[in-house]
Amino acid sequence: MWKITYRIRRQKGDEASHYDTFQVEVDPEEYVLDGIEKIWAFEDRSLTFRHACHHSTCGACGMRVNGVEKLTCITKIKDVTQDGGTLTVDPLRNFPVVSDLVVDLGPLYRKMEAVHAPPVHPLSMTPWEGEDIRPPKEVPTPPEGGEYIRLPDCLECGICISACPVAASDPDYLGPAPLAAIQIQGLEGHPELLALADSQQGVWRCHSAFECSAVCPSSVDPGWRIMDLRRQVTARRLKTIIG
Amino acid sequence: MKADKHNSKGFWDWFNPAGRDAGGWAFILNRLSALGLAFYLYLHLFVLGKLAQGPDAFDQFVAAAKSPLYTVGELLVIAAALYHGLNGVRLVLNSFNIGVPRQKQMFYTALLLTVIGTIIFAARMFTAS
Repeated sequence: MWKITYRIRRQKGDEASHYDTFQVEVDPEEYVLDGIEKIWAFEDRSLTFRHACHHSTCGACGMRVNGVEKLTCITKIKDVTQDGGTLTVDPLRNFPVVSDLVVDLGPLYRKMEAVHAPPVHPLSMTPWEGEDIRPPKEVPTPPEGGEYIRLPDCLECGICISACPVAASDPDYLGPAPLAAIQIQGLEGHPELLALADSQQGVWRCHSAFECSAVCPSSVDPGWRIMDLRRQVTARRLKTIIG
Repeated sequence: MKADKHNSKGFWDWFNPAGRDAGGWAFILNRLSALGLAFYLYLHLFVLGKLAQGPDAFDQFVAAAKSPLYTVGELLVIAAALYHGLNGVRLVLNSFNIGVPRQKQMFYTALLLTVIGTIIFAARMFTAS
């Protein structure tokens, strides 16, 4: 077992934020979220944080661990500190802090709704193929008269928005996850999304820091998708000019 | 009670290197080099303004400009211009979805070429002076 120090940012309501430290005994194979739960269970019941599934499906437990955005339920303690080390845990950036490690992801959800991001996709519309959306190589036989559906890769965890330096200075920027959602759906099939993608707060607001792709805990690769969407928008503009 | 404050330092987060990956460093250096070049442009215009004050004022500046401090300043301008230009090529290519999966390697290449170019210029400038 390791003895480590959790340094957790606390903030209730409009009060100024501060850090509380907790000494925790952990198995290095455990995850950062496990340690936070131990603190809540045995040290401080007023500590607030979000979590649900514990297996990177719900996207609720996004936080900053030692300054880097992580999904804490899949971040092993041994990967981010050492025996006797310190783990600094902060809430996500670029969202309003509700309490301690809980942020209001409402702005992200509203933007995802604005781009009509579907919570599930038909299997024939798997997201990793870009504009030329194709099914994966081995498509299981669909049930009679229907089609398999799958969760899209995006967990809507908000980690990409937190890591984006542009979102830090422009809360109205659509942001990586919503732009990736437009690219996943494709402008060919959804021309109504062109205006949003081609707007001031759309693909042109991105400044190519690729931090979204660096921290995305799923396989969305929003940076690549934004660049692909930019290419699509440029091609459409050129077509309009040439006729 | 819900706080409405956007949890960020806004503009200052552009320059916060904590937890940044290679792309983030490329972004920070791009911003810093842009600000440096913009500052240099105004400095350049100020120096050109000396011409309007007559030959003595300009000669006085030219004499001061021969100090090693000015040479280091000029070298910084060259380094900023090299990096900003080369990273600009990377960003243009990426914007057409060319080489995005290799954006880190492209950044390292831009950085390497900037260092090589700056060393070459430094060698020539300091040898000449």
